[in-house]
Amino acid sequence: MTILLEVKNLITRFHTPEGTVFAVNGVSFSLEEGGTLAVVGESGCGKSVTMMSLLRLIPIPPGEIVSGIVNYHGQDLLKLSENSMQSDIRGKEIAMVFQDPMTSLNPVLTIGRQLTEPLRVHLNYQPDQARKRAVDLLELVGIPDPSKRLGDYPHQFSGGMRQRVMIAMALACNPTMLIADEPTTALDVTIQAQIIELVKELRDKIGLSIIWITHDLGVVAGLAEHVIVMYAGYIVEEADVDTLYENPRHPYTLALMAALPHAERRRESRLKSIPGAPPNLLVEPSGCPFASRCEYVVEKCRLENPPLKALGNEHSMACWLDVKMGELQ
Amino acid sequence: MFLISILLFVMLQNMGDPLATMGGRSVTRREDRERLARQFGFDKPILVQYVYWLVGNDWTKVDINGDGIAETPGIRKGVLRGDFGTSLVTRQPAMQLILSRLPNTLLLMLVSELVVVLGALFIGVYSALKQYSFFDNLITTLSFIGYSMPIFFLALGAMYIFAVNFKRWGLPYLPTVGMFDPQAGQTPGQLLWHLILPVTVISVNSFSGYSRYIRSTMLEALNQDYIRTARAKGLPRRETVFIHALKNASLPIVTIVGLDLPFLLGGALVTERIFAWPGMGRLFIDHVSRGDTPVVMGIMMLIAVAVVVFQILTDVVYAWLDPRIRYN
Amino acid sequence: MTVANPLPNIQPLKPLSLDELEAPPLTLSKMAWLKFRRHKMALVGVGILVLMILYCTLGGLVFSEKFANYNDTGIALQPPSSVHPFGTDVIGRDILARTIYGGQISLLIGLIAVMLETTLGIIIGAVSGYFGGLVDSLLMRFTEAILIVPQIFLLLVMAKFFAGNIPNLTILGREFSGSVVVIIAIIGLTSWPYLARIVRAEFLTLKESEFVLAARATGSSTFDIIFRHILPNSIAPIVVSATLGVANAITLEAYISFLGLGVRPPTATWGNMLEGAYNYIDKAYWLWLFPGLLILLIVLSINFVGDGLRDALDPRSRTI
Repeated sequence: MTILLEVKNLITRFHTPEGTVFAVNGVSFSLEEGGTLAVVGESGCGKSVTMMSLLRLIPIPPGEIVSGIVNYHGQDLLKLSENSMQSDIRGKEIAMVFQDPMTSLNPVLTIGRQLTEPLRVHLNYQPDQARKRAVDLLELVGIPDPSKRLGDYPHQFSGGMRQRVMIAMALACNPTMLIADEPTTALDVTIQAQIIELVKELRDKIGLSIIWITHDLGVVAGLAEHVIVMYAGYIVEEADVDTLYENPRHPYTLALMAALPHAERRRESRLKSIPGAPPNLLVEPSGCPFASRCEYVVEKCRLENPPLKALGNEHSMACWLDVKMGELQ
Repeated sequence: MFLISILLFVMLQNMGDPLATMGGRSVTRREDRERLARQFGFDKPILVQYVYWLVGNDWTKVDINGDGIAETPGIRKGVLRGDFGTSLVTRQPAMQLILSRLPNTLLLMLVSELVVVLGALFIGVYSALKQYSFFDNLITTLSFIGYSMPIFFLALGAMYIFAVNFKRWGLPYLPTVGMFDPQAGQTPGQLLWHLILPVTVISVNSFSGYSRYIRSTMLEALNQDYIRTARAKGLPRRETVFIHALKNASLPIVTIVGLDLPFLLGGALVTERIFAWPGMGRLFIDHVSRGDTPVVMGIMMLIAVAVVVFQILTDVVYAWLDPRIRYN
Repeated sequence: MTVANPLPNIQPLKPLSLDELEAPPLTLSKMAWLKFRRHKMALVGVGILVLMILYCTLGGLVFSEKFANYNDTGIALQPPSSVHPFGTDVIGRDILARTIYGGQISLLIGLIAVMLETTLGIIIGAVSGYFGGLVDSLLMRFTEAILIVPQIFLLLVMAKFFAGNIPNLTILGREFSGSVVVIIAIIGLTSWPYLARIVRAEFLTLKESEFVLAARATGSSTFDIIFRHILPNSIAPIVVSATLGVANAITLEAYISFLGLGVRPPTATWGNMLEGAYNYIDKAYWLWLFPGLLILLIVLSINFVGDGLRDALDPRSRTI
């Protein structure tokens, strides 16, 4: 398998009036061609900012990509000019689908117009050519009567339908890679399942590489091959999906798992929640960012932030403890 | 609207002796005064006067010679049938007087509004794009000053610099009075030349307000999710800003412009006065200080009607521009 | 998948409680002050405002009002000099002294007119918003009726209407033209509709809120609910609107006086000092420069303060 995308030591900060927000603090990962990577973590843990940094979509200022390498097909996306980023990468090579389909479509432009825009810009399609492609795309994502709906406005679509339109839009120019930023969070559970099925289908049909951001570990299982768990702008655990489910090692991953409803644990009746709130990202973290909420916290956790450490079998995590064995590493 | 017309009418009736206004010194004989008062209905109670003003008095008879028997048919048709009465100052029909000034005011105000909207769009969008830059901060400060600037101060200052001092220094100076130079005749060039100062002065206030407003609606639009989507699609910046953001940002601007337009009819009182522009604003000042009810009421009613009409028009245009309303 | 049992050989530390992590919450006024302080132009505005008030009050100690109203046509229209730093006007009054006393009146008009406006606006808005129904629609039609004509037109008509022969008033040993009272009244009487609408909107949302329900459940009187419970919660937009209202009232007074229907001599205001100045535009710039500049400065500084207050007080406005 060849590596399609490799991110090394990405650091992103926001300089706000309240102080500097340390949003992403040295994140490294890679994505194989045709692979699916899931990024898991609570709201505000830096998942979205990481992905937006890849495409350089964060507002600068107040945002700043402090350092890092984003290697895509042998070129560093962070060093590319804004112009070639816009004309060669965004929407053409790497497409993105966002969380809230209600606000992510422009309310005053027709679906047809928004769908054909990338075709016009990236592939120089003529209007009728673009229209034809748009109809095909809507059909692909399962919107009934597509040629009629091109003239409609976003508010005339339901939430699930809008997300399908978003996906159709992302796929318009046959991108190599799709970043999906919590695409199902704002939708009903049944619609969620439909969208996930749709993406899986499309992946197998077109051969997309996918990064799927979610805070729901349940969604990850059926979809991804590889999982990254993020907390407070750090990667705390990384493994392929089976390993992570069978053998979670980081206390945060454990806690996430415990918070998951599970068929076999029905009699326990109560789901476990993680006490406390994610840390204040305004302070440059000194110790382990999870220390204040961790069940197993030891003195060392407060003093030093554990590095990401390989456990073998493509499994790595960042914790001073081996929770299973109950000893300091 | 009905309410405000009653309110204004009652107030205007008490604004002093209309007969003195009408006749000046020439009508001093008591009989003449009484005859005039009866002819115009000033001897009637205020409510009756209002009814005459509203619906006219041609359905009844007026007692002009004062013998207690109403014998002469009334001639007024009333506002509801388009008769605003006769100006007490010039004895012309009030509407005729107002309409003769209307084009002048509209010319001045529409040119200003055009300058303001176009200029403010440009400045507002630009400073939204360069938020917190030096240019943006400069514009913010300047628009605060512009917004706080009393028009007369600006007008006097502009006159002093561009007319008085330019003349003194032998530079080509701008005219400060009227619409045309009597010697040069009524040419479009003259008109433009005379428009420069008043238009500039009127524009400053609303220019500041508009550009601030456009800046904030643009900023809001630029922070929306769909802008992020447009960027993620790889649209050029030009298209993201001028199609995706501006189309959304312009919706509230339409409302503001629509609600402001009718007030343009009234003209800029102070500007017209200072630059001796023969518009409705000056007509209003001249006649309000002499207690000329028909003309003053006529102007106010005209504006009030325009406000209502433009409110409806704005709603229609807004619905036409915003698909969310159109289909609901 | 099970959660590992607590570690046998390592004693877990008690997780830090939230209190230890977060600073104590700021009070509302402290937070507002912090935000306000960040607004540099607002601070400049406060500075200018203080200077202007000092100018108008301390200046009154240097020059007597009699001096300000003293005229001598022999020294009319003198340019600024060491004797008359701001020059003299058409009938030879000292402009510096007149700007001091004019400033007092202008500020007074601004403040009192706004008090009147705010009182009316709050009462009408509160009654309309709280009671709703017929009362609301009647009051709102009335409000719309006033809003339909531009305020300056309304003001001119009212100024003319009330401007009979009003006797001069003597308050605190000083003589005021009665027209001052008229101007204050008409500005107050025509400015309230905007505020009333703001208050009404606040009341409409707040009267449905839980704390009002709670107050009603505990048997508070209607008066108490309106003035003790709802009003304090809608104070932010009222304060902002009132601040900006002062600037507006000062400008309006200047416009009416400038057009010759405002405050009558001998009482000076910054507005009536400008009346007729344009007749001397090519001869005497000092007639309009100084009072005009003062009006600009005070209106500008009040607007800065109002903007800073809006940012500081309005929870819905964005922080940046």
